Amino acid sequence: MSDKLDVRDGLLYTRDHEWTASKAEGMEVGITAYAVDQLGDITLVNIDAKVGDAVTAGKAFGTIESVKTLSDLFSPVNGKVVKINGELESKPELVNEDCYGKGWMVVIQPSDTAEKDKLLSPAAYRDLLKSVDH
Amino acid sequence: MTTESGPLKQTPLYAEHKKLGARLVPFAGWEMPIQYAGIVEEHRAVRTAAGLFDVSHMGEIEMRGEHAASVVDYLVTGDAAGLEDGKALYTSALNERGTMLDDLIVYRVARDAFLIVCNAGNRDKISAHFRRAAVDHCEFRDCSDETALLALQGPRALEILALAGKDAAACADLKSFTFRDAVVANVRTTVARTGYTGEDGVEIFCANADAPHLFRTLLELGKSLGLEPVGLGARDTLRLEACLSLYGNDIDETTNPLEAGLGWIVKMNKQLFIGKEALAKIQQTGMPRKFVAFEMTGRGIARHGYPLCDAQGKPVGTCTSGGPAPTLGKNIGLGYLPSELSAVGTEFQVDCRGKLVGAVVVKRPFYKRNRGAA
Repeated sequence: MSDKLDVRDGLLYTRDHEWTASKAEGMEVGITAYAVDQLGDITLVNIDAKVGDAVTAGKAFGTIESVKTLSDLFSPVNGKVVKINGELESKPELVNEDCYGKGWMVVIQPSDTAEKDKLLSPAAYRDLLKSVDH
Repeated sequence: MTTESGPLKQTPLYAEHKKLGARLVPFAGWEMPIQYAGIVEEHRAVRTAAGLFDVSHMGEIEMRGEHAASVVDYLVTGDAAGLEDGKALYTSALNERGTMLDDLIVYRVARDAFLIVCNAGNRDKISAHFRRAAVDHCEFRDCSDETALLALQGPRALEILALAGKDAAACADLKSFTFRDAVVANVRTTVARTGYTGEDGVEIFCANADAPHLFRTLLELGKSLGLEPVGLGARDTLRLEACLSLYGNDIDETTNPLEAGLGWIVKMNKQLFIGKEALAKIQQTGMPRKFVAFEMTGRGIARHGYPLCDAQGKPVGTCTSGGPAPTLGKNIGLGYLPSELSAVGTEFQVDCRGKLVGAVVVKRPFYKRNRGAA
């Protein structure tokens, strides 16, 4: 298992332990190493939203299930889904193996550029982890 | 499962769990390890080699005296009075309505001495229940707070136990559901051939003070044979595959043992036990619902509390336990369905948070170990 406190520079984060990366089509979204560590062995990723669907910041766009539990996947921002990682349907373990890479879940086109301002910097997210993990 | 507040209790192995890097979570008023290396890895260790569990949170009650056998027998559904020395019995305690206060193991230590092991979350309730019944009839003692319990489970469990001394090695001749005192790793223990994983193995009682040494020594001795510490997470997936009921999930004070598929632990021809009359009535009128095992046929995972629906999508039952089964590579569940929908092969649907996913009733248990020659 990878380091649960692995926080990558160049990404932005949410308090729900999701990361976002700026891409040409929008913001790529996945869950952080800490979230993966909390979930354990991931067995199912359900992206309920479809390409073109509007998503709301803090509202679920899908669920992720591990051997242990089920957890909601929250949209980090307001916007529209433009891409979905279909590979996760048959290979949910990609989230365990490479949560910041092949385990990405959706790409969301934010409703406006200010949406990003709500997110946490890597430093702020590291501080959050320090406060929740002891 | 528990309503008690206040600080969480710690077993005598708390420091060992911390050292091993376990993730600790609140469970039935205790701070317990849910996992060490990971649920799937620990699950596989128990199925293929062996696992060591701390189950010291379980409750232990002693009943002693000339009439102890009659009192215990009156409180449980099984034939406690018919036990011989050194034999144990999986059974249950019911209320007057015939529903379950707890599932228990009763051990006959001697003609006039019984040990009762109950679930951690039911300890206060069961302790009070047995204490009340004992008044003026026999001695009662709740020794939960001074007793530790380890479970050594898996195909190599007995082989590992044998490395812990001559006395421990001799425990290999214990039959299923028998027990005796034995020195294990220089510690005075009671070893029982019981468990909650669907594998062969033993459960080992010892004094709190001896538990860390015993735990460390067994882990060390078993290391080269694949022994791993195992948390409550894998304990749950293991027992789910083996279709062993979990109190608070599959059985509780709203379920009777007959509908819960536990008719075999009820001895109806016993003269008297609490709940017998209620069960006799249930037997007469028939059971509207039955406990079933099922596999998901669609893409989804059933969880505790999800509604089970008929082909039209109408809720007709409830999932009581569910999740991925690491050994089987399937998503499985347990729950209650109307009797007419409980036959093996019946297709139905699980309401997975608003999404109807196909499922089919299958034979219990999902997993049965290969018993080989033994």
